[in-house]
Amino acid sequence: MVPIIQTEGLRKIYEMGSVQVKALDGVDIRIDVGEFVAVMGSSGSGKSTLMNILGCLDRPTEGQYFLAGEDVSGLNKVQLAAIRNRQLGFIFQSFNLLARTSALRNVMLPLVYKRNGRGLSTDEREERAMAALEAVGLADRADHEPNELSGGQRQRVAIARALVNDPALIMADEPTGNLDTRTGEEIMEILHDLHARGRTIVMVTHEPHIAAQTQRTITMVDGRIATADAQEEEPQWQ
Amino acid sequence: MAVTQEHPPVALGNTPRDLHDEAAESTRLISPLEIFRIAWEGILRNKIRSLLTMLGVIIGVAAVIVMIAISAGTEATIADQIKGLGANLLFIQASFGRGGPGGNETGPMLTYDDVAIVAGINGVVGTSVEMPTNQPVKANGTTLTDVQLVGTTPDYPSVREVSLADGRFLNEQDMDRKTKVAVLGAGVAQEIFGDADPIGQSITVDNVKLTVVGVMADKGVVGNTDFDARVYVPITLVYSRFVPSQFARFVGDRVQLIFAQIDENANLDDVKTQIQLKLASSKGISVSELPFTMQTQDDIIETQGAATEAFRNLLAWVAGVSLIVGGIGIMNIMLVSVTERTREIGIRQSVGATPNDIRLQFLAEALMLSLVGGLIGIAAGVAGAILFGATSDMRTVIVPGSIVLAFASAAAIGVFFGFYPANKAAQLDPIDALRHE
Ligand SMILES: Nc1ncnc2c1ncn2[C@@H]1O[C@H](COP(=O)(O)OP(=O)(O)OP(=O)(O)O)[C@@H](O)[C@H]1O
Ligand SMILES: [Mg+2]
Repeated sequence: MVPIIQTEGLRKIYEMGSVQVKALDGVDIRIDVGEFVAVMGSSGSGKSTLMNILGCLDRPTEGQYFLAGEDVSGLNKVQLAAIRNRQLGFIFQSFNLLARTSALRNVMLPLVYKRNGRGLSTDEREERAMAALEAVGLADRADHEPNELSGGQRQRVAIARALVNDPALIMADEPTGNLDTRTGEEIMEILHDLHARGRTIVMVTHEPHIAAQTQRTITMVDGRIATADAQEEEPQWQ
Repeated sequence: MAVTQEHPPVALGNTPRDLHDEAAESTRLISPLEIFRIAWEGILRNKIRSLLTMLGVIIGVAAVIVMIAISAGTEATIADQIKGLGANLLFIQASFGRGGPGGNETGPMLTYDDVAIVAGINGVVGTSVEMPTNQPVKANGTTLTDVQLVGTTPDYPSVREVSLADGRFLNEQDMDRKTKVAVLGAGVAQEIFGDADPIGQSITVDNVKLTVVGVMADKGVVGNTDFDARVYVPITLVYSRFVPSQFARFVGDRVQLIFAQIDENANLDDVKTQIQLKLASSKGISVSELPFTMQTQDDIIETQGAATEAFRNLLAWVAGVSLIVGGIGIMNIMLVSVTERTREIGIRQSVGATPNDIRLQFLAEALMLSLVGGLIGIAAGVAGAILFGATSDMRTVIVPGSIVLAFASAAAIGVFFGFYPANKAAQLDPIDALRHE
């Protein structure tokens, strides 16, 4: 089967005046459909940079990225926007919810920009957003604005938003980074559930016990992959 | 919780063909309703800022409406006053230097005898004449310098549609006998005699003692003429006592202005031609040499209109500039807003907003700000114009076209000045926008 993610020699170089920062320095990875992969590595090793490129939010300086076999390096802004809208759900460490906007409206956001197939009516959008909120156990907070929600609840709203368009691939950059251990576990449960339903998940984390819950861990060191062992054993959390 | 294998993995469905189709679909607009809803939410999310942004447009639109109402009111007032000079009047005015004060007295002139000729023409139902001269008036212990002493004829009140408040006007006998009588304008009567009855009192004009026989009703200022500050005397008396001319016995007594009241049903152009032909033949000159011009009230309104046009243009400029300043205000705040909301833009992009979606969102916001500002401005402008008209001496007339104009300019300004900030927002890169602090 075609891997859902495959990269060849990804490089991301930031020019800071005369200094060059090689955030990514030749990354080759392959992630198969249905995998749950953790990305680890010390601060500044390039994890977020990689996630942003894999999530089509950023472009590599060099190298190729095949998403489900399709080279996305050459796509324009509009095409990338469509991919982010339909194929990808991104979960950020800092939630990235729209302020002063209800949880429901936040979750509806990807549906607003969905234009493939027939358009959805406002009622249909609300219905689907509500279903996504239910899936993360927040149906009763639909009318709350982000500042009226706890950190864990905010992240669950963000996950509902990532889910609402039913994407195959979920990218999560330190989804539990701003949460306490217990709340982090709740988020992990939701991710496991999503994985169980067949979604591919790539997640950055600093916590070994969280990484241990996944099927495989990719470790980054200075913009390179240290280990990418696809043969890794059973998840230890079981 | 266990990983179950009940659900097969979800694969991306995109073949190259899918991506191609998707790109084509992505150029489709999202529903306009949704765009305006997003824009409206953006406006509501920061009410104070939105209000401040609109303020410029509100003031600009209100200014356009009030200014146009004032100038339209002024024009209407002038038109009314000119109409108030009398109905269907033809003004036969001596050309400058041809019988006017200080003019050449030897060439062909408009004379008192011409009045009779004009009166005899078919279609002329009445005539009057004015021979004004400025004189000091002494009476009752007061001296008024520079009163306009107007020599005229008994037809004057009916032709010019002015009325007497008290006493009588000049009559034929006064003409024939050059009686030393005067009819006072309301203002002059008030200034000299106050509340006392002026009838039968005497006034002294340039050492000539005149008996007051009548007082005119209030008329006010029309054009450049303050009717209330005039004193009327028999025109024959003016010729004999106030502006005697040694040439009069050769060429007749000059007049400055003859009013001819035209029959409503008469053809104005025919009457004008008749007047020219008859006067030219009586003077033995060609029509082109005639020492006068003829104007109808409409001609005068038009001339006055030209004079107020400068005023109107000035107001239009002031209003236009304030609208543009309002537009720049929108641009300014929109630019700040784009910077402030960079993260929001990033979030929208991260879930699939295209550059065009972002551009339209901000354009719609600018448009709505200016339209809502425009509506408030219209309300403020109409209220302001009504209030101004009610509290000042100036009349205001709200011109419906000005409301349409102001609203359309507000919309145009919203789009024009919203475009740059909207474009700036659209060009942001998702990752840069998301990283924005
Ligand atoms: N916009 C940028 N401009 C310049 N340098 C950048 C930029 N973004 C990232 N970098 C640099 O690239 C390197 C990798 O950064 P990145 O954010 O990917 O690290 P990370 O692994 O996610 O770290 P952390 O665990 O702290 O989140 C760092 O050295 C960082 O300074
Ligand atoms: Mg990071």
